Amino acid sequence: MSASVDRFDERARREADRFGDTIVHRGELLRHPVYTRVLHWAVAIFFVLSLASGFAIYSPWLYRWLTPLFGGGPRTRLLHPWFGLLFSLFFFFQFLNWFVPMKWTSADRRWIKRLKQYTTHTNRIEAEDVGFFNGGQKLYFWSIALSGGLFLITGILMWFDHLVGSWIVAVSYVIHDLSALLMLAGFIIHIYEGTSHQPGTFHSMTNGTVTEKWAWTHHPAWYRAVTGRDPQQAYEREKRRQVERARAQESWERAQDTREKL
Amino acid sequence: MSNPQTFQIQEISAHPGPVPGQGTRREEEVCKYIDVTTCIGCKACEVACVEWNDHPFRETTFNDTYQTMPSTEWNYWNLIKFAEDQRDGNLMWLMRKDQCMHCEDPGCLRACPADGAIIKYENGIVDFQQDNCIGCGYCISGCPFDIPKFNEKTKKVYKCTLCSDRVGQGLEPACIKACPTGCLHFGTKSDMVQIAGLRAKQLREVSGFTDAGVYDPPSIKGTHVIYVLHDLKNPQRYGLPATPVIPPSYTYWKWLAKPIGLWMGLLGILAIFFHRVSVGPRMPQPEDPPVVTEHPDPVEAKRKEQP
Repeated sequence: MSASVDRFDERARREADRFGDTIVHRGELLRHPVYTRVLHWAVAIFFVLSLASGFAIYSPWLYRWLTPLFGGGPRTRLLHPWFGLLFSLFFFFQFLNWFVPMKWTSADRRWIKRLKQYTTHTNRIEAEDVGFFNGGQKLYFWSIALSGGLFLITGILMWFDHLVGSWIVAVSYVIHDLSALLMLAGFIIHIYEGTSHQPGTFHSMTNGTVTEKWAWTHHPAWYRAVTGRDPQQAYEREKRRQVERARAQESWERAQDTREKL
Repeated sequence: MSNPQTFQIQEISAHPGPVPGQGTRREEEVCKYIDVTTCIGCKACEVACVEWNDHPFRETTFNDTYQTMPSTEWNYWNLIKFAEDQRDGNLMWLMRKDQCMHCEDPGCLRACPADGAIIKYENGIVDFQQDNCIGCGYCISGCPFDIPKFNEKTKKVYKCTLCSDRVGQGLEPACIKACPTGCLHFGTKSDMVQIAGLRAKQLREVSGFTDAGVYDPPSIKGTHVIYVLHDLKNPQRYGLPATPVIPPSYTYWKWLAKPIGLWMGLLGILAIFFHRVSVGPRMPQPEDPPVVTEHPDPVEAKRKEQP
């Protein structure tokens, strides 16, 4: 079973790479191949559409702001399940693509314990055992898998409400909303981490690459795995070089100043 | 619309005796009272409903009973339900006119997420506004009486309006007008409760139905359609729920948890914004240009020097 999934993923990645390019410059590492990137953005688009159309139905307060985007209330109601279905479809493939690197390990448990240090930036670079994904990313992935499954089941029950009992619909409605809140909480953090909080991360989902600096800062174990170099040593080396570079620049500037005075 | 009470006559010039109707106060809440014990199952009310609301005559479903179809439909709001029952070893043929109960606390309205799709008038009539309906079907699951019905073509939900168009013009609902036995009554809520109470008392004391009573369930704060049943202790015999309830998810969840969820989302966004402003981003290390350890702002440095 998992072997066939692996084969499928391998083939999908190869096929996608034939259509799209990932250019890796000097000092960069390949992080997300074309297949992953396309899936990510397909999931993202249908997530946002589902979120916006769902919020209109979820809250009477947002109803009048969001429904016009989809052509009025009935149209919003009509489109929402289809957005959700497409989200589920693309996420299913992303799930197959990612469930191996997303496997929960003891390193992730340690990462969760260090959550406070992570949010307050106690350490400049991550601990040595943080791999391709850190504990927070894995938590987000599995919470999407969980709430996505709940969404799909309860959503279908609510879609075909005339075939199931009214109490089932009434309960599904609550579970559907709880899943939405769980996913929304993760989504807010995800957007923040992916853009403003970790410069360089967004680039990995648009162009597919990250700098080596980014890799040893945020995912040292992954850096070690792909380059074979020690992340801590690489970091120290870069730091030394940086100081030397700054010194060299300073002396050059001083020389330039003296030349200008003469 | 002007309040009819404004035109209540107060004084009449040169009129001998008291002013007719002086001091009377008619309450605004309307009510339909159905005496199931005098219903003969003629279905005149069904026809009147279809005619007044301009619904097409639809095919009936024969189900080994005299019932027109198994349940009300999106364009068939009024249905006599036939049930065969036993009392002291004798057959009892129970006939009950089924339609929207116009609850004081309507489950459909609670469940509805669309702005203005369900309204309740001062007079107690619960009316669907199909223009605003989005066809989500939540009202169907919120109704304890299984009344709202979905129309696959228009993708909207329909149900009995208690002829709000007729009542607005001071007329009785169409079903009331058509009833030949007088088992259907229409008036103010208090009047109907009183008449129904008298009839129930008569059934108890004269006809020997000791459990007879008025069905006006308090679990949904009463309804604007009330029944006199020969056995109030077992309304299930007529296909009515003993204690109709709105699924609690529509009351607690909608008015408590939902706003909390929205506020949590808003606070989350604020928290992240202030995290970015205070703690700042995690830059790839080492940062370029190198971090300046000494304070670059001389004014700030001087401020820190002072005790």
